[in-house]
Amino acid sequence: MSNPSDLRYLPTHEWAKLDGDVVTVGVTKFAVEQLTEPTYLELPAVGKVLTAGQAFGVIESVKSTSDVNSPVAGTVVERNELLVDDKATRRAADLSLVNDDPFGKGWMVRIKLAPGATLDHLLTAEQYDAQLASEGH
Amino acid sequence: MSANLRTPLYDRHLGHKARMVPFGGWDMPVQYAGIAAEHRAVRTAAGLFDISHMARVDFAGPDALKLLETVFTNAVGTMKDGQVRYGLVCREDGGILDDVLVYRWPDGFAAVVNASNREKILAWLGRHQAGLAVAVTDRTFDTAMVAVQGPNAVPLVSGLFPDDVSHLKYYFAARTTYRGRPCVVSRTGYTGEDGFEVVVPNELAVPLWEELLGRGAVPCGLGARDTLRLEAAMPLYGHELNETIDPIRAGLGWAVKLDKGEFVGRAALQAAAAHGSKPVRVGLEVEGKRAAREGTSLTDAGGKPAGTVTSGSFCPWVDKSLAMAYVRPDLSAPGTALDADARGSTLAATVVPLPFYKRKK
Repeated sequence: MSNPSDLRYLPTHEWAKLDGDVVTVGVTKFAVEQLTEPTYLELPAVGKVLTAGQAFGVIESVKSTSDVNSPVAGTVVERNELLVDDKATRRAADLSLVNDDPFGKGWMVRIKLAPGATLDHLLTAEQYDAQLASEGH
Repeated sequence: MSANLRTPLYDRHLGHKARMVPFGGWDMPVQYAGIAAEHRAVRTAAGLFDISHMARVDFAGPDALKLLETVFTNAVGTMKDGQVRYGLVCREDGGILDDVLVYRWPDGFAAVVNASNREKILAWLGRHQAGLAVAVTDRTFDTAMVAVQGPNAVPLVSGLFPDDVSHLKYYFAARTTYRGRPCVVSRTGYTGEDGFEVVVPNELAVPLWEELLGRGAVPCGLGARDTLRLEAAMPLYGHELNETIDPIRAGLGWAVKLDKGEFVGRAALQAAAAHGSKPVRVGLEVEGKRAAREGTSLTDAGGKPAGTVTSGSFCPWVDKSLAMAYVRPDLSAPGTALDADARGSTLAATVVPLPFYKRKK
């Protein structure tokens, strides 16, 4: 499996992409394949303060329920509203974006890094590939 | 390397790129294209399942009936030749050892037992056959079993066997042949749909599988089997059923014939039927799309413990989050509002009648 080389990864299958001091976060293609067809996603509100490695959301499929963890410390500044129900307009969440394009349109939140926080502790694509290989995937 | 057992279709599953998981001591496909798509295929067309992991046991000899009447909660003596009957195997205290299907033939009986309980049930039969003239033979490893389930099941199997199986009534079986070899076809299943389960010698498993796929059946894994049986409110051993639960609490009193004569567990089940103070199995509809998974704690309107979820999932066909649970008898009436604690967030759940899904006949 090839994971994009410009992203960093948590061993629990989240990816992080740094742009200035804002980090975009989602789950990897491998995570989606393990979950199979997400049916529900819970995302934190904008303004929520997260610590690295802490669960910020829940993703469910027909088969299982899993936490989604924050790769970094910081504050949620944006979330992908297309992935959650919009009660006002009655627009249903479109989790096919996560299913079909987990590294792109399926992004989940953008986090403004806490002062001094970095991505240095995260796995590189090469390290994450090696982790998946060592787990037999 | 895995020490799990493999069915004769194992290589076919890998060839279809199925995801394999351990289940009941076997390596089984949990899904092919996707659980939701497979689930819908069974509700709208026809799905094909490898269920060779289920244990198949034959009973022969003059005391076969006596042994089965002793260990099975349902009546066996009143079965017709070719009839199939669901029932439980219980301990003396009424705890469920397994739920099984018994088949009656002119010259003996057969049973289909859960994979995870095969050795336990064989040992239990061994204990109770002492002094009886009966031969119990485990056929699990000589045969394969597949299920064809869905509204298209009848046309799909048409012409596969020299005997016409489309006239088989629900819960009846026929001995016929497939490619000249003996096989058993029964009008049974575990999906809430019409369909057949077919037992063939091992070497015909792949030809039968390929022929059914060629006729348009959609390969389905255990994931869809689980959501399908949940919608149909069929209990699953290890979830709704175990040795601490009796059939009365499980809502399976219809499969316990207290007046058929003595059988293992009868006294305990008679007492359970008379009292009924223990938690009972109910259906829950959960608000929203989040699942109340197995083990989820339930509380009543006053915040007091109400019970525990035994199976729960988002169900693709009824398009709802559904669960089965054991709850206090005073909370078992349809319409009762309960709270489910799902990883810290509270989900609103309502007791609803079972089954959640019933096919149109």
